[in-house]
Amino acid sequence: MTREETPNAQRAREIAAAHAGMDGPLLPVLHAVQHVLGHIPRETLVPMAEELDLSVAEIHGVISFYPDFRTEPGGRRMLKVCRAEACQAMGADRLGEDLRTRLGVDWHGTTADGAVTLEPVYCLGLCACGPAALVDETPVALATAERLERMAREVVG
Amino acid sequence: MSLTLYLPQDAAALALGADAVAAALSAEAAARGIEVRLVRTGSRGMVWLEPLLEIERDGVRHGFGPLEASDTGALFESDFSDHPKALGPVEAIPFLARQTRLTFARCGVIDPLDLDAYRSHGGLKGLARARTMAPAEIVAEVIESGLRGRGGAGFPTGIKWKTVLEAEGAQKYIVCNADEGDSGTFADRMLMEGDPFCLIEGMSIAGLAVGASRGYVYCRSEYPHAIRTFGAALEVAHGAGLLGDGFDIELRVGAGSYVCGEETALLNSMEGKRGTVRAKPPLPAHKGFMGRPTVINNVISLASVPVILAEGAAYYKSFGLGRSLGTVPLQIAGNVKHGGLFEAAFGMTIRELIEDICGGTSSGRSVKAVQIGGPLGAYFPAHMFDTALGYEECDAAGGLIGHAGIVVFDDTSDMGAMARFAMEFCAVESCGTCTPCRIGAVRGVEVIDRIRAGDPAAPAILADLCETMREGSLCALGGFTPYPVESALKYFPEDFIPQKEAAE
Repeated sequence: MTREETPNAQRAREIAAAHAGMDGPLLPVLHAVQHVLGHIPRETLVPMAEELDLSVAEIHGVISFYPDFRTEPGGRRMLKVCRAEACQAMGADRLGEDLRTRLGVDWHGTTADGAVTLEPVYCLGLCACGPAALVDETPVALATAERLERMAREVVG
Repeated sequence: MSLTLYLPQDAAALALGADAVAAALSAEAAARGIEVRLVRTGSRGMVWLEPLLEIERDGVRHGFGPLEASDTGALFESDFSDHPKALGPVEAIPFLARQTRLTFARCGVIDPLDLDAYRSHGGLKGLARARTMAPAEIVAEVIESGLRGRGGAGFPTGIKWKTVLEAEGAQKYIVCNADEGDSGTFADRMLMEGDPFCLIEGMSIAGLAVGASRGYVYCRSEYPHAIRTFGAALEVAHGAGLLGDGFDIELRVGAGSYVCGEETALLNSMEGKRGTVRAKPPLPAHKGFMGRPTVINNVISLASVPVILAEGAAYYKSFGLGRSLGTVPLQIAGNVKHGGLFEAAFGMTIRELIEDICGGTSSGRSVKAVQIGGPLGAYFPAHMFDTALGYEECDAAGGLIGHAGIVVFDDTSDMGAMARFAMEFCAVESCGTCTPCRIGAVRGVEVIDRIRAGDPAAPAILADLCETMREGSLCALGGFTPYPVESALKYFPEDFIPQKEAAE
């Protein structure tokens, strides 16, 4: 490629090229790009498509299918709160309402200060100690809105 | 003085504060000049006792829990004996003593990444025996054991393997479905975090049985700890030569889609496509990953294979009931006093499990219903709690055992809201391939709202819609969503009448 690419696009091209020998490389590539860049910017689609011999439409289709992939930046912390049945039996509905009120966002929203993105999840496998949540990768049992907000707003070090 | 202590680092234990307890133990030991070896294990599955610390005395593990960091000073003070949180010998705790731990024998006992400990606790015996057998003999042993798919469908595992063994193809695959998305289930997670070599051994045996040189584990992204532990276990297994010579395993991570737990959607996802469901036939056994013959089994099915090969099919099938043979890791969750993982022979009744073993609800109120088999499973009211937990038994009662997760609800639960949620969940997670699921789930939410608003025409429409979804959907997501909806309506009609009328 002689065309000038943004640093994000270059990084995505390198990641895609490194995975091109795998059977079914697209999900590992998208995970890696999102891990490095925080989200999957629009400008990374063409280089990924070229390296993986896919169409941009195919990649767009895959990104839009899976809830994990985001095309816009999220908050500094990701707060995933379980909405599934076992946690509902322990008050997850109320927890979700309280959190949305406290953070001033709806599901999938990011707080105005960019600190926290609130995502619903359907089961974290912490079903005997619900309601459960994940703050980035820290699991929380018997969660309360107050505690989750405090954890999610802790300054990222 | 040197002490060996065991403390879980299972995600549930971590969620309940195990790392803070670990840090406090280390600090306390350092302050007292005591050398401590802290072995981080998986979980025994007694979640209400987590974090559960264990110490070995005269060959017996004694437990303390549920611990908080502030308990650790007194623990050292008491020399790990007479402490308010002392539980006595762990294996004498009734919840554990009443289990038959075959698949989860090592979970919570050993360091999950210590291959020597795995071996000294019976690991790799099954694989060693499989290496002395012809592929057809291994398949015959698994068929003879009666093992059926623990993911939910209950298809005989050995028959699946036989189909792949007999399929033509230079490259075959073993795919492990670790996309454990059902609410109320965590057996796959616990096994991958607590005894990952058991899954590696089971997949290696499957590879020998069908002539597959490659295996994949597709784990959901909601399980970061399982991903980390299993990934580390793969490295240890490589380093020890357990993998890489004739059979290798690669870990793949999902991206938040529930429907990818359906086997054909999972295969599409692994191939880098949208996780849409494929029509069957062709079966994955004939045209699976990359269009090649593929065994696709749940984590627990594969992790049950080592003990079957090690102890023999006759031993394994000596447990169970009717056509549900062997053991099943029941997972009891939701509003339950003593929740966790309980591995037992098939055949225990719901009542025995929930009331006798798990002590009823955590709220102390009466049990209103249990949902068995995840979000696509039926709600069972209290008067059906004599149903035995087996594939056919749950089916005959109008439900399914699924992945054996049992979620307990107390009498404050609104089953009308749960029915609505089942449709909402289906609408969120539908892959969109078939109309009954894609459109039906959205209409289902609306029709349930109409019933709850008092529309007399709506119940008949819901019944018709459920029939269409059940009969016309491509996979279990649309096909089984009617289970929770119709069971909730059938057994708890009072939760579907308009709020105003209900108040009168």
